[in-house]
Amino acid sequence: MHDFAFHRPSSLSDAVAAMQAAGEGKFMAGGQSLLPVMKLDLAQPTDVISLAGLGELRGIRVEDGAVVVGAATTHAEVADSDVVRGSIPALADLAGQIGDPQVRNRGTLGGSVAHADPAADYPAALLALGATVVTDRREIPADDFFQGMFATALAEDEIVTAVRFPIPDGAAYAKFPNPASKYAIVGVMVARTGSGVRVGVTGASPTPHRASRFEAALAADFSPSAIAGITIDPSGLASDPDASAAYRAHLVGVMAKRAVEACG
Amino acid sequence: MQIAVTVNGRLHERSVEPRRLLCDFLRDDLGLTGTRVGCEHGACGSCTILVDGESARSCLMFAVQADGAELTTVEGLAPDGGLHPLQAAFREAHGLQCGFCTPGILMTMLPFLDENPDPDEAEIRTALSGNLCRCTGYQNIVKAVLIAAGVATNGESSQ
Repeated sequence: MHDFAFHRPSSLSDAVAAMQAAGEGKFMAGGQSLLPVMKLDLAQPTDVISLAGLGELRGIRVEDGAVVVGAATTHAEVADSDVVRGSIPALADLAGQIGDPQVRNRGTLGGSVAHADPAADYPAALLALGATVVTDRREIPADDFFQGMFATALAEDEIVTAVRFPIPDGAAYAKFPNPASKYAIVGVMVARTGSGVRVGVTGASPTPHRASRFEAALAADFSPSAIAGITIDPSGLASDPDASAAYRAHLVGVMAKRAVEACG
Repeated sequence: MQIAVTVNGRLHERSVEPRRLLCDFLRDDLGLTGTRVGCEHGACGSCTILVDGESARSCLMFAVQADGAELTTVEGLAPDGGLHPLQAAFREAHGLQCGFCTPGILMTMLPFLDENPDPDEAEIRTALSGNLCRCTGYQNIVKAVLIAAGVATNGESSQ
């Protein structure tokens, strides 16, 4: 691995300043995605700026009908949180399905969201729950946040500080995992709110997206049978040795039905 | 970079390059070779240690990230030279063959059993999802964990 300078800023503004002064900087939270890509030389940062010591990024609280989760919160902390379990059990359930115990103990919500792996679990929750990504300088609706494979609306020196998840009337996550990595081959979260139904899909395509035809059908009739006849167009979906685009299209429907059923 | 890390109760102050992996720091700088380096990219779990009491892959951490942390490696399980009850259960159930993955599995199961003192087989297998073993087929690993948890009897067939 190439050498780099390691920074441990003690405030958000120091972290941003370190990034602005860096040649090719990378923020690091838990490092569960960044270290593997650095080992493969897919990322060769001159400067790694640790966000681990920033108290501003920690904590889980309920505020104005939403659960606000600090960006440095680990997946294990989300999965075990009484606040999350009590308000949005589907979110705790999703966090508990990420990777394996070792990954969940180190990997963070903010790191996962900023990394934007197309097979990550959290994007399905952000989209289905209509979450807002809070950064050091602005708020970004989840619908505008994910812009492609490993691509987000974040500026180079912008730091995710929290994600605000509005509390739905009901929600559930259904995932078809890669049996080895536990990444989502397809993951679907369905959420019901007073204003309608939202369906977030991850793993299926390079960019996580909402399944708008499912949403319309479920708004009229919230039952698995309401979407049973809707076929998903496989064009544009991911295709790899694990699953063809056609198979992923099929799985989107199956996972959506399971999630609707689990919503009760 | 100067770091101070407590490993198995002993404080170590060293200077390391930022790119020094925690697993290499433990093995090559501190001589604690019980921690195994297998795949080196976060899949096999052989390098699992405890960081502030929680299981983590030491190949997916830089040593500088462990500054100020309390680490436990497999050497810290039975400091008196005997066997920790979990290790004894692995010996009893023949829960290892080549033994390469065993330290990582022990360090994954240790906090798991603390939090789940009465696990069933499915829970154990889920908790083992980040650890690969290429010898045993996992059957006797699961059995060893059940023995350690005190929910299996010693006289059962291993098949």
